[in-house]
Amino acid sequence: MSVDKLKHTVLGLAAVSLFLMSGAVLAEYPLNLTEGVTPTSHKVYELHMDILYICTVIGIIVFSVMTWSIFHHRKSKGAVAAQFHHSTTAEIAWTVIPIIILVAMAIPATKTLIFMEQTGDAEMTLKVTGYQWKWKYDYLDDDISFFSALAQEDNEARQRGSGIDPSTIDNYLKNVDNPIVLPVETKIRILTTAADVIHAWWVPDLGWKRDAIPGFINDNWTYIEEPGVYRGKCTELCGKDHGFMPIVVHAVSKAEYATWVEEKKAELNAANSGADMSMDELMEKGKAVYAANCSSCHLAEGQGIDGLFPALDGSAIVNGPASDHVSLVLAGKNLMPSFAPQLNDADIAAAITYERNSWSNGTGDMVQPSDVKAAR
Amino acid sequence: MSYAAVHEDDHHDHKPTGIGRWLFSTNHKDIGTMYLVFALIMFFVGGAMAMVIRLELFQPGMQFVDPQFFNSMTTVHALVMIFGALMPAGVGLANWMIPMMVGAPDMALPRMNNMSFWILPFAFTLLLSTFFMAGGAPAGGWTMYPPLVLQLGDGFPFLIFAVHLLGISSIMGAINIIATVFNMRAPGMTFMRLPLFVWTWIITAFLLIAAMPVLAGGVTMLLTDKYFGTAFFDAAGGGDPVMFQHIFWFFGHPEVYILVLPSFGVISQIIPTFARKPLFGYESMVYATASIAFLSFFVWAHHMFAVGMPLSGELFFMYATMAIAVPTGVKIFNWTATMWKGSMTFETPMLFAIGVLFMFSLGGFSGLMMGITPVDFQYHDTYFIVAHFHYVIVPGIIFGIIGGIYYWLPKWTGVMYDETLGKWHFWLSTISVNVLFFPMHFIGLAGMPRRIPDYNTQFADWNAIISIGGFVFGLSQLILVWVVIKCARGDGEKATDQVWEGAHGLEFTLPSPPPFHSFTTPPQVTDATAHS
Repeated sequence: MSVDKLKHTVLGLAAVSLFLMSGAVLAEYPLNLTEGVTPTSHKVYELHMDILYICTVIGIIVFSVMTWSIFHHRKSKGAVAAQFHHSTTAEIAWTVIPIIILVAMAIPATKTLIFMEQTGDAEMTLKVTGYQWKWKYDYLDDDISFFSALAQEDNEARQRGSGIDPSTIDNYLKNVDNPIVLPVETKIRILTTAADVIHAWWVPDLGWKRDAIPGFINDNWTYIEEPGVYRGKCTELCGKDHGFMPIVVHAVSKAEYATWVEEKKAELNAANSGADMSMDELMEKGKAVYAANCSSCHLAEGQGIDGLFPALDGSAIVNGPASDHVSLVLAGKNLMPSFAPQLNDADIAAAITYERNSWSNGTGDMVQPSDVKAAR
Repeated sequence: MSYAAVHEDDHHDHKPTGIGRWLFSTNHKDIGTMYLVFALIMFFVGGAMAMVIRLELFQPGMQFVDPQFFNSMTTVHALVMIFGALMPAGVGLANWMIPMMVGAPDMALPRMNNMSFWILPFAFTLLLSTFFMAGGAPAGGWTMYPPLVLQLGDGFPFLIFAVHLLGISSIMGAINIIATVFNMRAPGMTFMRLPLFVWTWIITAFLLIAAMPVLAGGVTMLLTDKYFGTAFFDAAGGGDPVMFQHIFWFFGHPEVYILVLPSFGVISQIIPTFARKPLFGYESMVYATASIAFLSFFVWAHHMFAVGMPLSGELFFMYATMAIAVPTGVKIFNWTATMWKGSMTFETPMLFAIGVLFMFSLGGFSGLMMGITPVDFQYHDTYFIVAHFHYVIVPGIIFGIIGGIYYWLPKWTGVMYDETLGKWHFWLSTISVNVLFFPMHFIGLAGMPRRIPDYNTQFADWNAIISIGGFVFGLSQLILVWVVIKCARGDGEKATDQVWEGAHGLEFTLPSPPPFHSFTTPPQVTDATAHS
């Protein structure tokens, strides 16, 4: 066997084994766009595959020509250079043929885009507001409103040096404390906006993403065909914890959705009752509220980040009069947003109590929901 | 007639010595060298940041850096690579080659040339000093979108002024190139006889003059929004945060071509040399380059389809984007036709040029896919776009620049580079760059967003592979440093004046290395000596 033949055999074997390997990998991990669960996502997937095939065919043709001349028109094979350097026919051909292919691509693309922009005739509306670094959901027809942040378990595991192996958590970084529930077979209008910086709301199975822009509202729609749990992420860089504000959608039947609406309303009302709590209750609830709402900036041990976010451990405000502390949390300051519209009285009372009695702070103060209500 | 026969004595060739030679230099070759060395240093600074990014992403979970610092790494990596490595490298090649290619003694505006280079170290001192400030380095992305960028601490004005300085430097460089090519061509060097590298640089220079002031205006508005109470980008004051994105990308898209056109110019010189055949379709190459540049001002909003534009806007920008595929295709086909029926050899510059041809095309295909608005709603801000623009920038632009360095290094130093090292550099770079960037297409399609420091475990295996590709690619670039140092020290075979058997063009009529003032007597250019 000549050296050349040997080379070809080795290359061939390498190619085959790569192909087999990619098959094995394919089975375990998705490598392609999801087909999704909405009419939009199906159309987008088809369009994606069509363009991918067209590009692949063009690529194979162009790369074959290049490869052919690399192997056959080489000086070492005795090739003598031709001296042609111009052909108007060729130039026209390789201008006109791509234009025809592009027009053929543009037609289905235009149709899909027009289909995606039909936001009218929605049966219900969900308003999504991006915050650093969580989402707020308002069900405008049912008067339900809540925040949704990274689940506590994931949040602990993702801290540097947590010692928790991410593979022990199912759907790592794709779990939230409060998932949204949406009915299937319903045209849902989804409005996106933001409270601080630009975010983007993306659930791949729905087939689109859209920026959430402070001061502006974007409208979109979806129509989920199958019940299931669909997960997504923020996809516009929004600061430190951009990577840690997932989205979880539970799509359920219309009947289940109606039941959920009633239960959620009852749950939210109970949380708003404003009854006094014991120190232990306040501290326990406060720890959770602090972790979900405050620790992104002020960090888990209240140490803050120099130059960006003040430390709470030993802070003059936290150790000063409780009423000033409550006012600051309600009103916000500099980069800190107002928490008045974000958290209920019990949450704010608990978080403040927790801050005033944690780390080196030992004020012994208890702030009750009624204090917060009075300060609003 | 050889150069030496005309200029037998070189006693006009005074050059200053010591540090003064570099600080006060008005010589196009010395300034070109400084640009290239600066670009190489910045390539490793930006590369080190990329290594930090790949180290953190090697495994799921946060192991090495905090999210805020990770964001600074992605942000400053991009700023350093684009403004510190790619643009100065392109200007460095232009400084070295354009006067020699058009038959001039030097650049038209040598003192401005000095200033446009010496601004750069100051600009990057400002930018990199932010790492030591309260609030840290810029972490809102190189695109500097408000309101996020306004949350930056003390580093904010340093970022803005660094961008202003870089813009001033680029505009001065561009004016110089235009003035040189328009005024200092040798007799007979008509526009349609200019080497294609010169053509791509004239067009790039016009793009720079049109685009950089727009960026300067945009960042100035950021500055007044932060410190002087204006509300250009604040909806609460009647402004619009998306307006910044329109302004930024009106600069940003032409910027892509500012980076890539010089690389196209370089490979248009290399491929005919090693195919030993004239460039196919010279005129159509010039017109295609000009069309790409013109169209580049009408496609900016394809970077921001997800902001929610009216349907008519989305359609316009989709069609305009697709149209760019036509002149780009023409260029690829012309290069292919240049190789066809040639008599090719595969020295290192040719290998890098062929690398550009294949891998830039891959970046072109993914670019076309993302130009299709409805599917871009899925691709946008995922690793698919990271794969796309890195295919365009690394094997598309950086390979072109590296190819140019190998191609002209013997001319600059008078010494042939080490061909074995060059081949090692090419093959290690090419294999690792694909291990690095190709799997990013898959994880992007599967749903991994960009600019995140940690990810779901489903992406773990590919990220580990990508990181290994990244580390190998980063280390492989040290070979280039070794090659350049060897040549600079004169360690190697003596290069001939023509350097390459198939080389044409005025720069190859000069000795290797060329005299300090390239052409003191303008050469006469005819059809026979034009078109490399």
